[in-house]
Amino acid sequence: MRRDASPFIRFWIEFAENRLALAALGVVILVVGAAILAPLFTPQDPYDIGKLVLGDARRPPGHVGSGGYVHLLGTDAQGRDLWSAILYGLRISIQIGITAGAVAFIVGGSLGTIAAFAGGRTEALIMRFIDLQLSFPAILLALVISAILGQGKWQLTIALVASQYAYFARTAHGAAVAERAKEYIEAALSTPLSSRVVVFRHILPNCMPPLIVVATVQIANAISLEATLSFLGLGLPVTHPSLGTLISNGFQYMLSGRYWISIYPGIALIVLILAVNLVGDQIRDQLNPRLQR
Amino acid sequence: MLGFLIQRLLQAVAVMVVISALVFVGVFAIGNPIDVLIAPDATQDIRLDTIRRYGFDQPLWKQYLNFVTSLVQGDFGRSFVFNMPVLQLILSRLPATLELTLVAVIGATIIGVPLGMYAGYRPNAVASRAIMGASVLGFSLPTFWIGILFIMGFAVELGWLPAGGRGDTVEAWGIQWSVLTLNGWSHLVLPALTLSLFRMALMIRMARAGMREAMLSDYVRFARAQGISDGKVIFGHVLKNISIPLVTVFGLELAATMAFAVVTETIFSWPGLGKLIIDSIQSLDRPVMVAYLMLVAFLFIMINFSVDIAYAALDPRVRSGRT
Repeated sequence: MRRDASPFIRFWIEFAENRLALAALGVVILVVGAAILAPLFTPQDPYDIGKLVLGDARRPPGHVGSGGYVHLLGTDAQGRDLWSAILYGLRISIQIGITAGAVAFIVGGSLGTIAAFAGGRTEALIMRFIDLQLSFPAILLALVISAILGQGKWQLTIALVASQYAYFARTAHGAAVAERAKEYIEAALSTPLSSRVVVFRHILPNCMPPLIVVATVQIANAISLEATLSFLGLGLPVTHPSLGTLISNGFQYMLSGRYWISIYPGIALIVLILAVNLVGDQIRDQLNPRLQR
Repeated sequence: MLGFLIQRLLQAVAVMVVISALVFVGVFAIGNPIDVLIAPDATQDIRLDTIRRYGFDQPLWKQYLNFVTSLVQGDFGRSFVFNMPVLQLILSRLPATLELTLVAVIGATIIGVPLGMYAGYRPNAVASRAIMGASVLGFSLPTFWIGILFIMGFAVELGWLPAGGRGDTVEAWGIQWSVLTLNGWSHLVLPALTLSLFRMALMIRMARAGMREAMLSDYVRFARAQGISDGKVIFGHVLKNISIPLVTVFGLELAATMAFAVVTETIFSWPGLGKLIIDSIQSLDRPVMVAYLMLVAFLFIMINFSVDIAYAALDPRVRSGRT
């Protein structure tokens, strides 16, 4: 490896050495790309209720429906083409996962850093509250909040953020406390820089590596949690099915042998979650100073 | 030590009060329970009478006060849907959840710890890589999806095990148990396995990390230099040293698993607390929701409290230190 290469290129070269992680990254890009470009690859708009024909409902994969095209993965209970529904569902799942992850990142990261910088009472109060929340299982919190807020994309995102920001806050706090004790921060504080600049320009960037690791894990978690809530009937409505909603709708037909309504959305879901987790694992290993070669 | 104990106890009580307020206000915001209680064609008189009887006409803070007062007296109110005391309802569902949770967590420990120890002992063996790969799966797959796959495979395709319900139960100490009958076990295996996979992955990871660290430590090196066999070193010394974090996780996971049982119970129609809470969220059964959340919060606070106390007893630095 060339020594003069920039840190990002070195990071990328090391990342690419792990074939599995590289393949996983490829899968993530492929899935996200397919989700973004969903209208180009799908024969049907699954949200257009006017185009759904009930006579096409619950047909097995390969059935040629009234629309004149082949339902590659079959149809669901409302007569939706499953392939189209899955790609559109992936869109919603990824969108919610990334939005929730990003908002939780910003809220939790700032909260943790500010707590570490403020110290004293403020720090104790914030971190006590966060510890308390972390001792409570995320799924239950998300369950209660989405029950209170009702169904819908935004309600779900809020529930996910509320149950996930604490992980970021804890991580940012730990990293920021360690940074705060270092000499360059002391040096920065001795200059006339405002404390806001010191926190956001000096401390926060140095807390990034652990936060990025948490972020990859939490995006996968958010997608999984969203699917779980939708499966329990607390997530997204049937008219705009996410992957979890699709699986949930198909579940009741599974005992009668109509496996495809649940199984195919489920496969899409686990491929996505697994790939994100594998990429995250590799990033974590690379950013962990204890495992440095 | 006594001062520390009292301080922690007061903290726990304060947290409980805050949670009760949050839960009450939160649940209060969900829908209008009047619609559940009264038939739509009821007369205005009946409507007003019911509203007054349940105290819905009073301001929120007063309702909360009434709630706390009766709570302290051990009265959780009556379920709107089942029309029976909530405490009795919860206690009748608790054994099923407890049974499922205990079997899942104990199973995860018995299977997960040896696998993790092996993977840490021989980190480069093919079997170890397979174990770690499986643990990634255990972490990544959503619980409900694992449950669906199990039902699909073992119940629908193979027909070996039932897809839901609790099966035959036997009464012991006045409670119905499934673990005591063969039929009960056949119903228990799939949900317990579903629930335990995540914990198993966690146990594998922790045991592996502990094992790897321990095998490089001085005491293991010296023990080996003395000519003691690896088996004796591992089971006589290493196991004891790595069991401290494992026991902590075991305790904490017990409570988390109970909460996670919500999903598993819904999939397998297991008649426990988790199924009860989902049903009561959907039917707006306020007293049941409040009581369930309070119970879970209480459990968590008790467990955290015990862990704190245990640490303080084991580690003098915690007692005198910064807390």
